[in-house]
Amino acid sequence: MKFVYLDNNATTPIHEDVIDSMNEALAFYGNASSMHAFGRDAAFKIEEARLAVADLIGAPSGSIVFTSGASEANNTVFNIFREQIDLGSKRNRIVTTAIEHPSIIEMVAYLRGRGYKIDLCPVDNTGRVRLDALKELLAEDVALVSVMFGNNEIGTIQPIKEIVEMAHSVGAYVHSDATQAIGKVEVSMRELGLDYLSLSAHKFYGPKGIGVLAVAKGVPYAPYIHGGHQEAGRRAGTYNTVAIIGMGAAAKIAKRDQKDEERRLWKMREMLRKGIVEKIPNVVINGNQEHCLPGTLDVSFPHAEGESILLYLDLEGIQVSTGSACASGSLEPSYVLLSSGVDIELAHGSIRFSFGRYNTEDDVAYVLEKLPPIIKRLREMSAL
Amino acid sequence: MSNFMAQWVYSPAVKDHFMNPRNTWDEKENFVPDGVGDVGSLACGDQMRVMIQVENDRIKAIRWLTYGCASAIASTSMLSEMAIGLTLEDAYHLAPEAITEALGGLPEHKFHCSVLGDKGLRAAIDDYLEKNGLPNPYRHTIAKIVCECHNITDVQIENLVKTKQATTLEELQEITKYGSTCGKCKADIAGLFDELKHIYNV
Repeated sequence: MKFVYLDNNATTPIHEDVIDSMNEALAFYGNASSMHAFGRDAAFKIEEARLAVADLIGAPSGSIVFTSGASEANNTVFNIFREQIDLGSKRNRIVTTAIEHPSIIEMVAYLRGRGYKIDLCPVDNTGRVRLDALKELLAEDVALVSVMFGNNEIGTIQPIKEIVEMAHSVGAYVHSDATQAIGKVEVSMRELGLDYLSLSAHKFYGPKGIGVLAVAKGVPYAPYIHGGHQEAGRRAGTYNTVAIIGMGAAAKIAKRDQKDEERRLWKMREMLRKGIVEKIPNVVINGNQEHCLPGTLDVSFPHAEGESILLYLDLEGIQVSTGSACASGSLEPSYVLLSSGVDIELAHGSIRFSFGRYNTEDDVAYVLEKLPPIIKRLREMSAL
Repeated sequence: MSNFMAQWVYSPAVKDHFMNPRNTWDEKENFVPDGVGDVGSLACGDQMRVMIQVENDRIKAIRWLTYGCASAIASTSMLSEMAIGLTLEDAYHLAPEAITEALGGLPEHKFHCSVLGDKGLRAAIDDYLEKNGLPNPYRHTIAKIVCECHNITDVQIENLVKTKQATTLEELQEITKYGSTCGKCKADIAGLFDELKHIYNV
């Protein structure tokens, strides 16, 4: 049976070279914080990885704080400003969007429940932040603006540079969760003027459980995890040497291949989009078709329910994800789609195809062979 | 990589009924139903139509259509097999638990999907009886689901009113979460609540 993995926005397979680097890294068992030779060797490899990640995101190596992933990085940023507000800062409002990753959406709900002021900037019907609305929300009392670089579900890329300029003009700091963009499009903290950036290694062919919060020089900081002097006191906990080295190897590959990958992913994505529009009547392509992560295609199939599509595709060896409520464990369909003005039925019938470096044009052809009869069958069975 | 260790997301019976649904409606068949039941809510992601033919007070044949997830498809398919040959009375009392059991179980949050089929069947029987001017002795023997998204029955609400656990609509909402997903039941439940408050004088 053929397998076509098109869920690379959920996670990616580990690159062979990364696996090799991690196998070698298992030998560096010294605690990187120890002064002796074994510790120094581990620390040396960690610093190599730090440089590779810094180079990938256009930031100085001193800005890199290793975390357990982007969720921790995102939580850390919000906690920094929570602390600032607790300490009596006059800047006591945070602005973010309704389509952020759950690690921010849930943090917002948690903080709001404790009385913190957080505004959600609306997005247009392609998922792009409405800059006019953002402008209305920005004022001298805003401490932080947090906007993701590219959306995990619909792929929409945000105008980060404009957002940074607008936020900085009122003196607010800016964070961007760039997890989905790393390795796919160019992301340079320096160029964008970002103050904080989150990323996670497993989205660019690195291991799970490791990520980074990049922190620009001179911006507020407070550790989220207390306990040790690691990362210059910014994040406690014994270094996860193997994972950090793996992330470093993945970062080098991501930097080396980014331009080629961007072109290749977009080509396959466009082949699939055109093929679906051609072969299946009545489909809706979600997200922004101009500002879009190159490997992400989100499609709604009216009169066919997402979980059923996903599972029929799975039985054909094709792995995708859906914004349907039925697959989420709740009765609510994707908040990203609903916030982008997508109709509730279309949200239930949405499928995300996300390409990665191991996909080929043959995979696109296979999906275009298997998908149309599935949609046809579900529509014939539909009571709508 | 092709030998997956994990089982399929649902039971083998669900998989079988999902892949090969029984008794689905097909235009070419020219199936003439004696009763039709439409249930479901698009906001919750499922909508269903059940069509029955009745002979000598028994379900002779059944056809269905559904817009829904794998467990909605499988549970309706299973229901359609179980219902054939039943008397209208037995068919009316076919419990979702029996369907779920026949399917080898469903995850907790999927129970919602399996209660749709039996509701559809009941609606089809109601329709058959009404069309033929026959009395409907079953309608009041069954708790009726008033909020489809959260599976709340009229009996549940009656108990909350009777025991004064819910004295205002806000309290009722707090306890049951009714109307918080698709919202289409809100007006009906408000009406039912007023009626029950009047009946129990609270």
